[in-house]
Amino acid sequence: MKDESRRGFIGKAFGAVAAVGGVASLLAMKKTWDPLPSVMTAGFTTVDVSALEANKLQISVWRGKPIFILKYTEDMKPTDGRSVKVGDHYYSVMIGLCTHLGCIPGYEEDNKKFKCACHGGEYSADGKQTFGPPPRPLDIPPYKINGNTLVLGEEGPEYKAMMAKAGGA
Amino acid sequence: MAEFKPADSMYEWFDQRLGIDKFVKVMMTEYWIPKNINFLWAMGVLLTVMFTLLLVSGIFLLMYYKPDVNMAFDSVNYTIMQEVGYGWLFRHIHAVGASVVFLIIYIHMFTGIYYGSYKKGREMIWISGMLLFMLFSAEGFSGYMLPWGQMSYWAAYVITEIFGGIPLIGGDLVIWIRGNFYVADATLTRFFMLHVLLIPVAILGAIVFHFYSLRFPHVNNEEGEFFDFDEEATKYLEGDKKGSKVVPFWPVFLSKDFFVLGFFLLFFFYLVFFHYDFAMDPINFDKADGLKTPAHIYPEWYFLWSYEVLRGWFFEIAGVSGKDLGLMAFGFANAIFLVLPWLDRSPMVKPANQRPYFKYWFWLLIADLMVLTEFGKLPPTGPNAWVGFGASLMFLVLFIALPFITKAEAKKVEGK
Amino acid sequence: MKEFKILAVLVALVGITYYGIEPYAHSVMHPEVAAADFTFKDLKNVDTKLVGNAANGKVLVETNCVSCHGIEKAGNPAPMPAADAAAAYGVTPPDLSHAGRIYDKNYLANFIYDPVSAMHLNHKYPVGGAKQFPMPPFPLPAQDIMDMVAYLQSIAPKVADDKAGHKATFEAACGRCHNMKYASIEATTPTDSLKTYMGATPPDLSQHIKSRGEHYLHSFVNDPQVLLKGTSMPRVGLNEKAQEEVIAYMEEVGDSKKAERETIGLYVMIYTFIFAILAYLWKRKIWSEVH
Repeated sequence: MKDESRRGFIGKAFGAVAAVGGVASLLAMKKTWDPLPSVMTAGFTTVDVSALEANKLQISVWRGKPIFILKYTEDMKPTDGRSVKVGDHYYSVMIGLCTHLGCIPGYEEDNKKFKCACHGGEYSADGKQTFGPPPRPLDIPPYKINGNTLVLGEEGPEYKAMMAKAGGA
Repeated sequence: MAEFKPADSMYEWFDQRLGIDKFVKVMMTEYWIPKNINFLWAMGVLLTVMFTLLLVSGIFLLMYYKPDVNMAFDSVNYTIMQEVGYGWLFRHIHAVGASVVFLIIYIHMFTGIYYGSYKKGREMIWISGMLLFMLFSAEGFSGYMLPWGQMSYWAAYVITEIFGGIPLIGGDLVIWIRGNFYVADATLTRFFMLHVLLIPVAILGAIVFHFYSLRFPHVNNEEGEFFDFDEEATKYLEGDKKGSKVVPFWPVFLSKDFFVLGFFLLFFFYLVFFHYDFAMDPINFDKADGLKTPAHIYPEWYFLWSYEVLRGWFFEIAGVSGKDLGLMAFGFANAIFLVLPWLDRSPMVKPANQRPYFKYWFWLLIADLMVLTEFGKLPPTGPNAWVGFGASLMFLVLFIALPFITKAEAKKVEGK
Repeated sequence: MKEFKILAVLVALVGITYYGIEPYAHSVMHPEVAAADFTFKDLKNVDTKLVGNAANGKVLVETNCVSCHGIEKAGNPAPMPAADAAAAYGVTPPDLSHAGRIYDKNYLANFIYDPVSAMHLNHKYPVGGAKQFPMPPFPLPAQDIMDMVAYLQSIAPKVADDKAGHKATFEAACGRCHNMKYASIEATTPTDSLKTYMGATPPDLSQHIKSRGEHYLHSFVNDPQVLLKGTSMPRVGLNEKAQEEVIAYMEEVGDSKKAERETIGLYVMIYTFIFAILAYLWKRKIWSEVH
């Protein structure tokens, strides 16, 4: 009897140790699938916006994503919580991927709107969705304003203020 | 081993050690299949042959393919397609085969549904089959990325993006799956590993399991008739071949399969040599470019129906966004077939057309899947979006209604 | 027989689905466009009925053209190396050796008269706009222009109807801007200049026979604006024969195993047919014992 319970205990202990080993190797495998540190840290893109032409879409690349930078013309009104002021001018700074399924919308200069060719989504110049399947406005990448340049990937005070406003609204 | 006698022949030598006689009996000459079947029963053997063709052609492609974002496209389209002796042939067989295998899988699957071959002891056949369907889907999806064309890239992008809709972990999960913030070299190499090793190994295992799961409940027949296989087998072995309801796997069943296979291969090779565009999309002959979305993005045809279930939901309902609704419907569509044996509450095992209510359900499902497939490819604008929504909703309704329909059917049949 | 009925249902379902996702869906995504026009009948600045005088044309070409264009076949090398020319003009000016052979007569005459309208690039170089096309218009008398055309036609070398000939046409027609990696052809204009000049790097054409297909190319090369409105690729003005040679070359490079594929395909089909017939006979024999 005593012997049996002892055997039962050893069996269970063996099973538990084997299970720990199994879980540990699963964790190790999960790690292998993680993005590499070089991938995670790479990618602070600096863009000089002073020389841009108004109403002409500039597309920069940040972490493999297209970044839309659109300088406003005089008659385009800035949107609170979305438009970025660098120097004396306002800009839209957005990740150029449709929030529906990640295609890259095109900019129609005449209508001042973005149109996604994949599933027909549309956005206004400040990136708010106006038609079709997109569930939310175009995302705004973290940025920091440095004189006339934008550093993408760093969270500057203007970005934090913008996010706080967007969260509160 | 009681007593060991030296073998008189090479055959006997092997038989002593491997039990060849017994093995051949169990696997071939005394593995019993119902006689009352039609050519749809040959799909299993067709699939086995197709899988073999894919495996062999894949091995040869592997000799020259380079899983690297800078080299993949040219290694396929220049090295394999134009330099390697018959490289183009292996690529065509592989690409067209991957598409045609799904056609046969769907025929196989809907044959099973039509004849009720998923219930009354045959549940594990169905489940192992659905497992194979899922593995083949993963294999098809991961393989489609490898040529690194525009459609490879964007289909991968859109499909991996789907996981972003999962609450809380979605965003991180997408990056984890891709190994980068976007579909990049890390994504290509890990999908390469999945495609050439992990998933094929899993498929091989699942095929063995699927075959094994057939042994005890036996193969269904055209009328859904249950009979004593042992009794019928004895009849056959005693010489009453015409009176018996069963035939042996070899040579009788396979002789019919080879005949079906012959004409199927005629169709297949026609596609391979002369009509391959449907499986090798022209857009995929443009090298992948993450900053240039093609005008139309669509998955391979065999994913279109579930893709349409996903994107059919384009507006908000009760505060839930279209994207989330689509994702839920997509999850439902991909899981629901697995539990089909428990949704069909009628004990009847008969061809659908002999079942008073189920027959409508079956043909409606087929029609709905065809509409979903068609509109999954068309641009989702204007009325197309609404047809897509309607068909997507219809799909959900059909499966939610199935238990009630079959319950009512069981009652009606019982009342007779 | 029942099995034929089942087969008929199966074929119908598969056929309808196939029709929907292939021919029909593609006709929706890529609507038919106007047929290619190899007479370039929208160009009417020059009366092309006039008969040109090649001797007079030679004098005119040497006065007006050779300061920028080389004419190798007439013994005039390019005035400066390709890269320098690209730096000076934005793009390397073409050598005119093949011009009389590959361009349509009407197009060529009207091109000399006014290049921008012939190329359908008014959206890129609007009249009075800041950007100017590097070659100025030469609104000379129609007879002079036709003389120049006659001269260019007289010096153009004949090329054979084989891969080498097709390659010569391709290089003359497309080679200043497009790479063809699979044939080791590099654009004569350096990539950086091209990107500035065109606004984007023109695509490598190695696989365009597959990604675009012959049908699309037939219309696109004739007039890119029809299928891709607003593109900065000019209408090149190839005559029908030259365009066929260009497309043939793209196929010879991009789909070099086509002939092999079609021959082997036929053999495999014949083999499989014999296989199927024998399989059927064998099946009949075996099943006669059990039925």
